[in-house]
Amino acid sequence: MMLSRVANNIYWAARYIERAENTARLINVNSHLLLDLPKRIRLGWEPIIEILGNDKLFYQRHDSTDERQVIRFIVSEQANPGSIINSLRQARENARTIRDIIPREAWEQINQNYLYAREHASSSLGRRKREDLLRSIILGAQSVTGMLAGTMTHDEGYDFLRMGRNLERADMTTRIVDVRSASLLPEMSEDLSPFENIQWVSVLKSLTAYQMYRREMRIRVRRPDVLRFLLQERRFPRAFYHATCEVENCLQHLPHNDKPLKILTRLQKKVLGAKLEKLQQDELHGFVDVLQLDLARLHNEISASYF
Amino acid sequence: MAIRWGSYKVKGIHDELIRVSGRPRPAARALCDYLRALKDKDIEEYKAAAESAIHVMGITFTVYSEEEGSIDRAWPFDIIPRIIDRSEWQQVEAGLKQRVQALNLFIDDLYHKQQIVKDKVFPEELLKDSKNFRPQCVGVDPPHGVWAHICGSDLVRDSDGTIYVLEDNLRVPSGVSYMLENRQIMKRVFPELFENYNILPVDDYPSQLYDMLASLAPRAIEQPEIVVLTPGIYNSAYFEHAYLAQQMGAELVEGSDLVVDKNDMVYMRTIEGLSQVDVIYRRIDDMFLDPEAFDPDSMLGVAGLMRAWKAGNVALANAPGAGVADDKVVYSYVPEIIRYYLDEEPLIDNVPTYRCFKKAERDHVIQNIAKLVVKPANESGGYGMLIGPQATQEERDKFVNLIRRDPRNYIAQPLLTLSTAPTLVGNRVEPRHLDLRPFILSGEKTYVTTGGLTRVALRKGSTVVNSSQGGGSKDTWIVDMESGQ
Repeated sequence: MMLSRVANNIYWAARYIERAENTARLINVNSHLLLDLPKRIRLGWEPIIEILGNDKLFYQRHDSTDERQVIRFIVSEQANPGSIINSLRQARENARTIRDIIPREAWEQINQNYLYAREHASSSLGRRKREDLLRSIILGAQSVTGMLAGTMTHDEGYDFLRMGRNLERADMTTRIVDVRSASLLPEMSEDLSPFENIQWVSVLKSLTAYQMYRREMRIRVRRPDVLRFLLQERRFPRAFYHATCEVENCLQHLPHNDKPLKILTRLQKKVLGAKLEKLQQDELHGFVDVLQLDLARLHNEISASYF
Repeated sequence: MAIRWGSYKVKGIHDELIRVSGRPRPAARALCDYLRALKDKDIEEYKAAAESAIHVMGITFTVYSEEEGSIDRAWPFDIIPRIIDRSEWQQVEAGLKQRVQALNLFIDDLYHKQQIVKDKVFPEELLKDSKNFRPQCVGVDPPHGVWAHICGSDLVRDSDGTIYVLEDNLRVPSGVSYMLENRQIMKRVFPELFENYNILPVDDYPSQLYDMLASLAPRAIEQPEIVVLTPGIYNSAYFEHAYLAQQMGAELVEGSDLVVDKNDMVYMRTIEGLSQVDVIYRRIDDMFLDPEAFDPDSMLGVAGLMRAWKAGNVALANAPGAGVADDKVVYSYVPEIIRYYLDEEPLIDNVPTYRCFKKAERDHVIQNIAKLVVKPANESGGYGMLIGPQATQEERDKFVNLIRRDPRNYIAQPLLTLSTAPTLVGNRVEPRHLDLRPFILSGEKTYVTTGGLTRVALRKGSTVVNSSQGGGSKDTWIVDMESGQ
């Protein structure tokens, strides 16, 4: 029988690992957008801070949103509870208390992820080194996920792990989509429309979704199709709907699951029923907010039922 | 040739493997021959193999620092085992059983009629001043009348070869996981030695521990729910808590995982709801067990646990209050305690002990402080003691004052010359002092570990074996010489 505390720690360890990975992806998408856009369009880093939901703290501590300050805040700042380094540390502290539940190699990798980031984060804020750092962070998180999938007994503990990972992933995928909707480009004027697609390419790439999109959709990159792919696709692992199906599958293995399942089913209907092609930027942003709130509700219900 | 026994000097001490003549003791002969044949390169290889086994097996103890959180340190281990002949061990084993049996009768008596006090064998004022006597436990009847279910007694051997009990740890003795892991390391590193020697196995301990704990369960059910209660990951013995829980297939819990309801039943919180707990192997001190009964600020314990225990709905091992016999002044009475309850002579000796609360003995201690070891009654881990012959005059004066101010709290013993065993220093062997901590389990039946944890002071000349103060450990072999090699 699994202790509630242990289930809670596994769930959060997985959430923090996934959060670190996706925060790194989020920085990547914005970095690439900046490179792709014409120089006369000034796209800043403010939206990223807002999307991560800690703008208040940022403005208390910083007076400018220049790239360096924002990156430092998101990657390595101790005072930011959502910084990558803090996520990795939290993942490690949670994993430490469940070392008897997860395979040793996975614990060592989680430990290593934190130690690596701590050693390299502050010296890797410039663009070139940053790329390497973020890639290592993403790879480190993927290694943990792979080790756990390949070596941990797929019991209740693993269900809590998968739920944590997928809830976090669903949430972060909406945030990454949001980068594109919230930021930039005053409604597409004619001469900017070529860039529209480039930007969606970089969103896809930051989620390692570009190739899969091409294989799946077999069409050129267009906004409505990208949104459909990232939010409604059943088979792509970083798509919102896919992540909710994973959570559903886990819940089905667990006792007294009726309340969380009810919330989940409603959420799935909402995302599948959305007319994405009709959502303009503001509406898309609003829709993403709704999805995030529902995820928070689902988290609260899981918490109340099991922890 | 790396190890030359000819240059290994053991004059004036008892060495566990080598006699004064320089020749190995019979049980150590095959080992010494084997070691002698090793080249420097082999020794390096064996040491590296042991270190890698320790790393791979994750054997650590935890040191906590503010900055880094907790740090796991690898466990210092010496690859040369300590060997004890089985026939000698059988006497020690009988002596330990006798001792723990008497101690349990003593504790049970103290919380009931206090007959031993009424009969003036044990002084009343000692009981009154005892820091570990828990009035909350008076009148409680734990299963089988046993209070100290797990006891770790420290044994030492003096220069004349006599084995003494140095102290009995009855609160939350630790170290047994290292005893088990040390054997695993040795099997990996020296498999061929195990083929040639008849070494008694130690691996039975987790099953024995489980059976003992199960024998305490209040519910008559097939599989009682047994949990190990740990203070958490920052405790220095967390590795051991997790290890034992895993080995027994018991749940490792923290205080916040448990809850006592108004019917005085104990439950753990699981994803399926509350689940009843029968036996708690607790690895936290009395004072932190239950904020209702003891320290109200404790974050580690479980409110209401004492209620549940007194009602007989849950077993606690060790029982609260068992520490009353884990006190160096009480220790000095153990021979009397054995005679009083069992009407037998002690089979293992106590180290001669002067009790400072008795005037004549106190005067003797103060006059001879330069020759004696002075220990506070209630500290463990080698803290707060004075080793007279090695201390400065200033330190001795300080202890004279401490003794005068609080005589009840101090005892003194002659400085024993602890026995040694060959220990690797670089690629050479040198004698290092050691002790031995066997573990005694008492429930329905009594069980003594085969050998125990040998702790060795790695610093030259040092006799302090605690891991927090530069100690390491060795595997302990009880070898059967009679049934052939």
